[in-house]
Amino acid sequence: MDNSRRNLISAGSLLAALLAAGSKAADLAQPPAQWNRAAFEAKTVADALKALGIPVAQGGGEVNLTAPEIAEDGAVVPVIVKSRAAGTREIHLLVDKNPFSLAASFFFPDGTDAFVSTRIRMNETSNVIVLAVTDRQAYLVRKQIKVTIGGCGG
Amino acid sequence: MKIRAAMQAGRVEVKILMAHQEETGLRKGPDGELVAPHFISNVSVMHAGREVLRVQWGRAISKNPFLQFAFRGASRGDELTVTWVDNLGDSRTDRITIT
Repeated sequence: MDNSRRNLISAGSLLAALLAAGSKAADLAQPPAQWNRAAFEAKTVADALKALGIPVAQGGGEVNLTAPEIAEDGAVVPVIVKSRAAGTREIHLLVDKNPFSLAASFFFPDGTDAFVSTRIRMNETSNVIVLAVTDRQAYLVRKQIKVTIGGCGG
Repeated sequence: MKIRAAMQAGRVEVKILMAHQEETGLRKGPDGELVAPHFISNVSVMHAGREVLRVQWGRAISKNPFLQFAFRGASRGDELTVTWVDNLGDSRTDRITIT
């Protein structure tokens, strides 16, 4: 367990180093087969991004987040995310004010659209953040979603 | 799981509905104690021996998770396999034929 966790973390930093160097991450980055515990247990977006090995991202006109402006029930917030950035390998979905920021990570092999639709829980009104990672860049978009009734059960 | 996989304009449109409680670990039960977290952590979709989608999920996925995605390179009649694993090690695999 500890070993695999260390491997995940070191794979993450390697990815970060490669992204920083602007080289192709695709060669190495078999996404972790296991669960990225460090990222999913992070309590802030910054810590989650660090654990994902994605410290820097630019604003992304290439990335779309479709979600309601007002979600009456925070337990079921439908979100659709899509990246038009060439070579998008991963999309991560984060909720700023949730107790655990990272909600989901999706990994797209060649032939799969950089698109996904799912339903998430939101504890309160918050920014939802979509991070799309390509072979050489990370793009980030945010959108505020107002929540009438929190959905994490706290 | 309820799975639909249909060819549309050269792509397979996949919709999956999984039956799962998705306990966040933040909710109190009737006894006032927190209900232990129980949630799907990984989903994998395979076509012809190739993984076409890999997912990691945290605790912020709605009860009875829904997932939709699309991929190329398959034909009507091909088989699709969807597997989920949760944080307690339970898992479920279902197969469907692409229509």
